[in-house]
Amino acid sequence: MSRLLRGAFFLLIVRPVLTIALGTHVRGRDHLPKKGPAIVVANHNSHLDTLTILAMFPMRNLPSLRPVAAMDYFMRSGPMAWFATNIIGIIPIVRGGGDRNADPLAPCRDALDRGDILILFPEGSRGEPEKLSAFKKGVAHLVKSRPDTPVHPLFMHGLGKALPKDSFLLVPFNCDVVVGETLSWTGSVESFMETLQSAMTGLAGQIHMVPWD
Amino acid sequence: MSWIAGFFSTPVHNAIGAIYGLLVVASLVSFAFRKLRPSEAATELSKRVVSWWWMITVFTIAILTNRIVSTVFLGFMAFLALKEYFSLIPTRRVDRGILFFAYLSIPVQFYLAHIGSFGMFLVFIPVWMFLFMPAAITLKGETEGFLRAVGMLSWGLMITVFALSHTAMLLTFGVKLGYAAGPLLFLVALTEANDVAQFTWGKLLGRHKIIPKVSPKKTWEGFIGGLITTAAAAAFVGPYLTPMPMAWSAAAGALIAVSGYLGDVTISACKRDLGVKDASNLIPGHGGILDRVDSLIYSAPIFYHLLHYSYGVWPEGVL
Repeated sequence: MSRLLRGAFFLLIVRPVLTIALGTHVRGRDHLPKKGPAIVVANHNSHLDTLTILAMFPMRNLPSLRPVAAMDYFMRSGPMAWFATNIIGIIPIVRGGGDRNADPLAPCRDALDRGDILILFPEGSRGEPEKLSAFKKGVAHLVKSRPDTPVHPLFMHGLGKALPKDSFLLVPFNCDVVVGETLSWTGSVESFMETLQSAMTGLAGQIHMVPWD
Repeated sequence: MSWIAGFFSTPVHNAIGAIYGLLVVASLVSFAFRKLRPSEAATELSKRVVSWWWMITVFTIAILTNRIVSTVFLGFMAFLALKEYFSLIPTRRVDRGILFFAYLSIPVQFYLAHIGSFGMFLVFIPVWMFLFMPAAITLKGETEGFLRAVGMLSWGLMITVFALSHTAMLLTFGVKLGYAAGPLLFLVALTEANDVAQFTWGKLLGRHKIIPKVSPKKTWEGFIGGLITTAAAAAFVGPYLTPMPMAWSAAAGALIAVSGYLGDVTISACKRDLGVKDASNLIPGHGGILDRVDSLIYSAPIFYHLLHYSYGVWPEGVL
């Protein structure tokens, strides 16, 4: 039932609204994973990021697309938690240290083992709109434990202008998305993070950025 | 078979039939070109021709369905043009809400065009929005970059929404004159034909550049060739689609050619200042909506006011 609702929500609401209000221009669509298990790593500026990425895939991929999101933010209230898990399809994880013995990445590994496509935002939060902040290392630890998983870097620009963190008013802007060449595990957490960061910086350089301050 | 007879029953339908005839010829030429002399230019040309099929089909459906659909379609074009403009210019975070209001002016302006409220149509953006937007920006309390923001927003709203809304007003006026979508089709078809004719004559004979710093590909030969072609075509179709006699139609065609050229280079100057070649990648081979309607931004208001001045009546109560 919720699978049907999820499909209808994306087909009838998300896709038309994004097409009309944003008109996203995607480069490198061929670099997106055709099937799981795979990890898509993206920068994070807006609530629209997740919807935009989910809408870029063919509808048949939708059931296996799982955005990884902060439990403390999305699981606060009943209706929000229902919407986040059933319609958006998030995997809620615990942000920050907390319990040292618990493994916050366990649900992500389970999803990869099921053949899902994970969507990760290693900046941790939407932060300052349209500014790229440092990546957290969780993604590298996840890839380390499943070293065969392909990693697809993806950079978005403009969504933070259309719907920034502190606003509920969607203002139409054209947005850009670039999907980069697939990365794989490099052997160490540090070198993987370096590869990932430089891949993202390279993708950002392909976009004509318009000043916004 | 009666629907075929019905289809060729009005001047607008016949003219659209003729446009599709030209499109078939263009497709054959482009196909032959690509087969005989394969090159990047030939691929680019065939991409453009394919996009023309799409654009002309969408436009045809929009103007033949009914007047509400036509006006909504024209308003949507203005929305896409304004969105492209706002995405290209540097904006301030604090002005997000103002941009939203600028978008809201589109349904109002096109509604005014739809009901043919000429006076309000003329003043809504150049007077009301023009005064309201700077005041609203002032109330936000951020003065750094104020003048730049006000200047860029006002100019953008005028060239996209106000200028393009004249297409919808022209439709209303055409209906009032008893020519349905004829004058609108005359304007749009000749503006676009002039672009193509200028391009073609420029490719064939072009040598002397007009303003190389803005538009290196625009030549006097292309401009004059386009002007003569467009005026001749206008003389031929004007008496059929509009109330204008032949000589007056030719003059209107020449005016469309000149204003179309001015619109084209003005938007080019704007893109050059912003450091982009195309306004977006919406239409393969053409660029964005702004790249396609640049000529129309100038030709629509100018042709509308020419026609209104020649055939309009004073609003009730003036005389």
